Parts: sequence; C-alpha cells; structure tokens
Amino acid sequence: MPPQTPSPAVLLSASAIESAVARMSRAIADSHPNGADVVLIGIQTGGVHLARQLASRLGAVWKHNLPVGQLDVAMHRDDLDQRLAPKVHPTAIPFDVTGKEVILVDDVLFTGRTTRAALGALNDLGRPKRVQLAVLIDRGHRELPIQADFIGSKLATAPADRVDVQLIDGDGASQVTIQRAPLKRGGRS
Amino acid sequence: MTWHRKDLLDLQSLSAEEIVTVLDTAREFKAVGERHIKKVPALRGKTVVNLFVEPSTRTRISFELAAQRLSADVINFSAEASSLRKGETLKDTAKNLEALNADFIVIRHSAAGAPHFLARVLGSHVVNAGDGAHEHPTQGLLDIFTMREKKGRVEGLRVTILGDILYSRVARSNIWGLQKLGAQVTLCGPPTLVPRTFEAMGCRVVHDLKQAIRDADVINLLRIQHERQRKSMFPGLGEYTNLFGITQSRLADTKPDALIMHPGPINRGVEVDGDVADGERSVILEQVTNGLAIRMAALYLINSSRGDSAAHN
Repeated sequence: MPPQTPSPAVLLSASAIESAVARMSRAIADSHPNGADVVLIGIQTGGVHLARQLASRLGAVWKHNLPVGQLDVAMHRDDLDQRLAPKVHPTAIPFDVTGKEVILVDDVLFTGRTTRAALGALNDLGRPKRVQLAVLIDRGHRELPIQADFIGSKLATAPADRVDVQLIDGDGASQVTIQRAPLKRGGRS
Repeated sequence: MTWHRKDLLDLQSLSAEEIVTVLDTAREFKAVGERHIKKVPALRGKTVVNLFVEPSTRTRISFELAAQRLSADVINFSAEASSLRKGETLKDTAKNLEALNADFIVIRHSAAGAPHFLARVLGSHVVNAGDGAHEHPTQGLLDIFTMREKKGRVEGLRVTILGDILYSRVARSNIWGLQKLGAQVTLCGPPTLVPRTFEAMGCRVVHDLKQAIRDADVINLLRIQHERQRKSMFPGLGEYTNLFGITQSRLADTKPDALIMHPGPINRGVEVDGDVADGERSVILEQVTNGLAIRMAALYLINSSRGDSAAHN
C-alpha cells in the first residue's frame, strides 16, 4: 500500500498574508525613514510578486515610486550538477544597484542557498551600499549562516515538508499551504 | 521545461519542446553577455575540451568563450597538433581526455556520427560541433534563435536555404529544427547541390532563385565551400553567382522585411554581395552573438542533466 499523503493544510489565509505583508512594509519603512536609495529586488519566481506588493505599500508611505527589479539565481546555484537544469527566468533590473540600499525579497526562506546564490548574482551586477533580506515565510532549517531582516511569519516545519506560497492580487485567493511529509516511510514503497 | 539529455548531438532527435527549452535558456544567457560582468559561475570547476579533428576557428572560439563565460576551464585540442596524426584512434584520444577528468567534449569531425560514437563510449558530456555533412546542431539552433528573435515566431515562417545543401550539415540541422517548430522550408541552388531527394525531408525544392525567395521571410545563405568543392558540381563560381548570388537588385524580388542570414565566413561577391551582407536586412553579425548564447545554454543544460543520469546508476 502506498503511504497516505495528507492533503495540503492552509497555514496562512489571504487576510493573514495581507497583514504579514503590511507588517513587513511597516518594518521596512521604520528602518528606512525616508526611503532614500531603497530598491526592491524580487528573487525569481516567488519573490517577484511579493516585491511588487511591498513596493506599492512602501511607495504610499514614502510618496515616491520604488524601483523594483527581478533576479534569477539559476546560473549561480551551488547544486547544478546534482539536479536537472533549473529553468532560467529573466533577470531584469532597470537600475544600477551600486550605492543602493537593496532589499532582496523572497517568498520562503529555507536552507539559505537561494539567498546565497542571489547575493552572488547581485554582486555581479554592482556593489550595493547595503543588502537586506525580506521574506514572507521563514520556515527554518538553514544550511548557511544567513538570516532575514524582515519576516512576515515564522513557521515550524520539518525539513521534508513542502511549503507553497500562492500570491494572487485582489480576489482573496492568496494562501500559504504546507504538505506535511509522512511521519514514517509507509510499507515497502 | 524539458531537458534530460547528457549530450547535444543533433536536432533530428530533439523534440520541439527540447528545442524551445534551449532557445528560451539562450535568451537569458544572451542577457548575461550584455552586462558589465559577462560571466556566471554555472560551470565552475568543470573542464571543457574542444576536440577539433577538422579545422575551424569561429565555432571553436565561440565554444571557448561560451565555456569561459560559464567559468569552466578550456583546453583546445586540434588535429594538427594531436596524436591522431600519429595513429591513435578517436576512441583512445577521447578516453585519454576523459582520464584527465574532462567533463565536456566538444567535437568537430569530418566523419558523420563521430560525436554519437563518443557519447556512447564516454561518460563525459558530448557536444557535436559539426560532423561531416550530417549536423551542426548549435548552428541550427542559433539560426532558429535569430529568426525567432527577429520575427517573433518560428511557426509558419517561410525559410529559404540557398546554396550547397547536399554537403551542408548546417542545412540539415536547420531543416530538422525548423520543421519541428512548424516553419516551411524551401531549398534552392543548382540541381547537383540541391537534389529532389530533400523533398523526402518535407522541404520544397526549387531550382529557380526568383521563385525561391519571392515569399521568403528568411533567406539563409550557405557558404559555397569552393576550397573543397568537388569539380563536377557546378561549372564555376561566376556562374553560381550569376544564377544564385544575392545582390542588391535581387532583394527587390523579396519581401521588404525578409532577413538575410549566413553562417559565415562569407565569400563576398560569390553567394552574397558585400552591400547586402552589410545592409540593414542582414543579421549575420547578430548570428555570431547569438551563437555564443546558444552554446552557453547548451553547456548549461547538459551539465545539469548529469545528476539525473547519475542517480539512476
């Protein structure tokens, strides 16, 4: 018999996500009083939408449009010969990052390896004045000495769990779900 | 996204999805080449051997730069300098390169199928950089990439390939790739170099230039390899140019937005006039730029497939 796979459980509803994003943007605004030189860079693919949401909230606080970029890290990963080639998404950063206060944005912080790859990719594009990290979910289990500066929500997970973030504008359909790994290997699969 | 292959040997065996994966990946690698720092660490610590048993400069340089921009180490191994001249078999040469922990072997060879043979006997990744008159997959991919970039699509495009089709691996890779993506291919040139047998590959074969280029969205000119031209194939370069050379006045017989392509090196005044090659419809130099991106994408994709095959070993 195959092991029973429980259906994904909802960890954060659309309204919980919205208040988490609001908390994050307040924390960012507090630590950058006038928003001078702040740019947001979303990590492909999960961080891109979140970066836009944060930019629109922060733009309302600071009364100016925030530059937003998107960064793909596939070419900078450290596990390329241990997996199938990850799809390369566009990197589009329509501004010079040198001298800027860069806030990297991702949906989930897990092992920290994506963030490390993002720092490498960013370094090839210029030399920011400072780099900070904003994540919607910190699920623990870091494999590198990396931490986030702005966190929407901390979640207790097991390493083999699967956390999915769906961010959809407007209709309240956004959610964060978790697919719990089976506690024990079921039978002879 | 679809890519599980250890090697890139030909376009005949690739699916349309796999071809599109290479094209999409190459688009992002092209963007890397437009940055201030044009290098990424994807192949850091890997070794690429360019095994060119048949001489080539531009394809080898393109592969060499592609490997370097992916942070790999590169060794160039040419037939003149190599022990192949001393009687070593291709398999022994390749096994020796593999014993040096070469991760990738990029091979050009005058014998069709040589890359396929190496891919069978070696654990290294093998890329075909041209095998006899069989295929030149990265050239085919860069041609299709350029057409897609300029025209926004490949499906439904009318592509005319002009010149020495019979002996051209570039033509074969173009034909396979273009047809898989839904383009309509017309072949044109002297009947000795463009036999009707190509109709079996699904191409239209035309021996009248005007008819071949009238509706074309893309005109891909192949080089007349006069240095190795078999005597009896056509009377002479002058006659070839009179019948099939693309001149400024002949462009009047084409669609106003038809692209002029050529894999290089061009013979100015033979298959194409200088003012056409340098003209605004020519994308010949962009093909060179795109070739680098295609080769980076190919190395990136096959590198990452290794984990998958290793997992099953």
